[in-house]
Amino acid sequence: MGRYVARRLLQMIPVVIGTTFIIYALVWALPGDPFAGRCGARPCPAAYVADMTAKYNLDDPLPLAYIQYLGNLLRGDFGETFQGLSVGEELLRAYPTTVKLALVAIAFEIIIGIGAGILAGLRRGSFIDNLVLVSTLVVVSIPVFVIGSVLQLFLGMRWGIFPATVGGDASLYNLILPGFVLASLSLAYVARLTRTSLAENRRADYVRTAVAKGLPQRRVIGIHTMRNSLIPVVTFIGADFGALLGGAIVTEGIFNVPGVGNLIFRSITTRDGVMVTGAVTVLVLVFLLVNLLVDLIYGWLDPRISHG
Amino acid sequence: MSRRRGGGHAAAVPRSLAGDAWRDLRRSPLFVGSAAIILVLVAMAAVPGLFTNADPRACDLAYSRQPPSGDAWFGYDLQGCDMYARTIYGARASILVGVLTTVVIAVVGSVVGMFAGYHGGRVDALLSRFTDMFFAVPMLLGAIIVLATFPSTIDTPSWQTIGKVVLALGVLGWTTVARLMRSTVIQVKQSDYVQAARGLGAGSRRVLLRHVLPNAVAPVVVYSTIILGVFVVLEATLSFLGIGLQAPVISWGIAISDARAYIRQSPHMLLFPGAFLSVTVLAFIMLGDAVRDAFDPRLR
Repeated sequence: MGRYVARRLLQMIPVVIGTTFIIYALVWALPGDPFAGRCGARPCPAAYVADMTAKYNLDDPLPLAYIQYLGNLLRGDFGETFQGLSVGEELLRAYPTTVKLALVAIAFEIIIGIGAGILAGLRRGSFIDNLVLVSTLVVVSIPVFVIGSVLQLFLGMRWGIFPATVGGDASLYNLILPGFVLASLSLAYVARLTRTSLAENRRADYVRTAVAKGLPQRRVIGIHTMRNSLIPVVTFIGADFGALLGGAIVTEGIFNVPGVGNLIFRSITTRDGVMVTGAVTVLVLVFLLVNLLVDLIYGWLDPRISHG
Repeated sequence: MSRRRGGGHAAAVPRSLAGDAWRDLRRSPLFVGSAAIILVLVAMAAVPGLFTNADPRACDLAYSRQPPSGDAWFGYDLQGCDMYARTIYGARASILVGVLTTVVIAVVGSVVGMFAGYHGGRVDALLSRFTDMFFAVPMLLGAIIVLATFPSTIDTPSWQTIGKVVLALGVLGWTTVARLMRSTVIQVKQSDYVQAARGLGAGSRRVLLRHVLPNAVAPVVVYSTIILGVFVVLEATLSFLGIGLQAPVISWGIAISDARAYIRQSPHMLLFPGAFLSVTVLAFIMLGDAVRDAFDPRLR
């Protein structure tokens, strides 16, 4: 296990260096004016251009400029917008809400996704199974911003069951609707994954052994089958958590959740390119980090992985 | 495709893998249904005039946000443009971005994967690490970075706006194709017929193009069909965010984004483009499922 952790950590280093380099190159080194669209609807002020050129060493050759940029990132400096707002501070203020929303979404995935998957997987070919298959297909094909808008219209505005927008008060109750919308796509995948995994494992040798030993059905399914079937599901949900921490731009924008995604959403609308790229860089790094953690947990859950 | 793969039945004419898959596909209701929807959509994208006589750019503010009626089945949008015409014309941008991006990633990914898999050794190690770096960046976030760096305005020509979105998605989208191609090429290059071709003195170019590529292309075809629907969603999402396609281009994502401010009073502005977009994505997902079932021999 120790060697596995060390190996994964070492593999992470070139990926982090590579991705930050790609992002840096995309933001500052592509041909064209790097200051187009960075300062709202008008051109950047000359003082800001001079400032940024000095700060990001845009006059230096690319590799040198990149190394200095990496140094800034390591010190927690993700840039400053032309209004003088620090990207890092804004992110810090918005992040707790995003984490809360992601947790609500994960709760939906676990309760509804795994629940539906188990029901479908235990009775393959039944009415419930087909219902789950068809409804997941439908959910997967409706883009998040369409689901979000439609649910907001009906559940939030027309029928008034849930609050339609969140605004300043990100209480758990306010986050129910956006959390569900955010979870919808992954929920469908979780249900399908659970279903397939369960159906496969029910034919496994150890299940037959358990039945042959005379164990009651509840114990065979609840303990033996379930524990093995849920391994891929847990991995998926873990990886999804990383994606949710960065992928909530649309949902947070629609429901006006004061999180990181909304920050990016608003910055796109006001054409504040520095905030967009700075915040997205952080999200990518968070995504990489969470994926690493999930891999480590996976190795711990399923020893075959780390010893392979 | 190589003929030696087919021919399960002694009496039948030997069939290639593609021939076999095609025979399976024609019998699959999933394939027939989704292909029919996609054909209609492609017709919409190619000749929108077949479906509507209204001009999507002829707008009259007097009709602003009027609900659906006999004159305009889908109602009017904020500018008083005919929603039905705009929804029909919107298919073009979605299909165009989806298909172009898929072609770009399939070609780039295949070339990278083929070189890595065929040459092996140091070339492989280098290209694989290179692929890993791009793989690690989530596609939506990466596309946002690119498009925030190169914003389009209302004066940007349409083809340029569309090209930017295609490139923004293509820059990060090719990695899975490269990985797929690499692993199948590594499998295929050890087979007897590749050895035989080499033994007969074929150059590495000929071996690659005539023998390795045709036998390694199936997984890429399957993946490309599945990912097409994802690109359609991503284009609409980027346009919805206001960073993808821009105003002179007609797109479902833009229409939905415009409709959001009036969602309470005029939901028709949101529901119609939303429904078309969802059906398009559904069709591509079903097509991808059908193609995967047909090409995956393990499921036969």
